[in-house]
Amino acid sequence: MYKRNGTTLMIQVPEELDHHAAEEIRTEADFLLKTQEIRRLVFDFSHTVFCDSSGIGMLMGRYKIMHALGGQVQAVHVSENVGRILRMSGVTKLILVEED
Amino acid sequence: MKNQMKLEFDSISENEAFARVTVAAFLTQANPTLEEVADVKTAVSEAVTNAIIHGYGEEVHTITMLARLKGQTLEVEVIDRGVGIPDVAKAMEPMYTTRPELERSGMGFLFMEAFMDEIQVFSKPGKGTRVWMKKRLGKREK
Repeated sequence: MYKRNGTTLMIQVPEELDHHAAEEIRTEADFLLKTQEIRRLVFDFSHTVFCDSSGIGMLMGRYKIMHALGGQVQAVHVSENVGRILRMSGVTKLILVEED
Repeated sequence: MKNQMKLEFDSISENEAFARVTVAAFLTQANPTLEEVADVKTAVSEAVTNAIIHGYGEEVHTITMLARLKGQTLEVEVIDRGVGIPDVAKAMEPMYTTRPELERSGMGFLFMEAFMDEIQVFSKPGKGTRVWMKKRLGKREK
C-alpha cells in the first residue's frame, strides 16, 4: 500500500476513501513523512471508486505538510466519479490531479 | 411503489461504509442511475460521519438511519442523540468546522446539499441531530 522510490512516496488509496480509510492513511503517511526524506507524495486512485469530504480533508492535510517541506502532492489514475468530488472541493487547485 | 427501512448501528467509523452500502442496496428498487447511487452514498456517508465525529465526539452510541421510497422519491434520515448543534446555519457554512485538528474539510453539508435535492437539519444542544434529505431518482426515464 505504501511504496518509496527515492524521495517519492506512493500510496495506494483503498476502494473507498471515507473517514475510516482517511484516518488510517493519515497515521501511516505522517509517520513515513516524519521518518524519511520524502519530497513527492503520490496518491494512486486506480482502485478507488468512492471519496467523500473526509478524503478531501486528508488530501488537504497532506498537501499542507508537503508544502511546508517544499514538496508536492499528486493524485493519479482518478476515476470520473472521484474526480467530480475532487474538482467540487477545490483540492485540484492545490494538488496535481490526473484523471484516467 | 412504497417501501421503508430503519437501521440502527454503533457510531464507529467502520459503519460509515455499512450505512452507505445499505442505503444503496435499498434504493436499487427505484432503478436509479449510477450517478444517483453515488450521490446518495456520498450524502449518507457525510451525515453518518458527522454523527460519529461531532454528534457523539467519537464515543460509541447508536445512530439511526431511516430510508423511505415513495415512487421515485427517496427520503433518508440520519439521527443521533449526541451533543447537538448550537447554530445550524453556521455549521452548514462551507469550510466551517469545529474540529480542524481532525482535518475536517468543512465540506460535509456542502456535499449533502450538492448531491441531494433537499436537506433539512433539526438539532438541539444536548438532545441530538436529525438530518433529513430527499432526492428524486431515475431522472433519465422521465
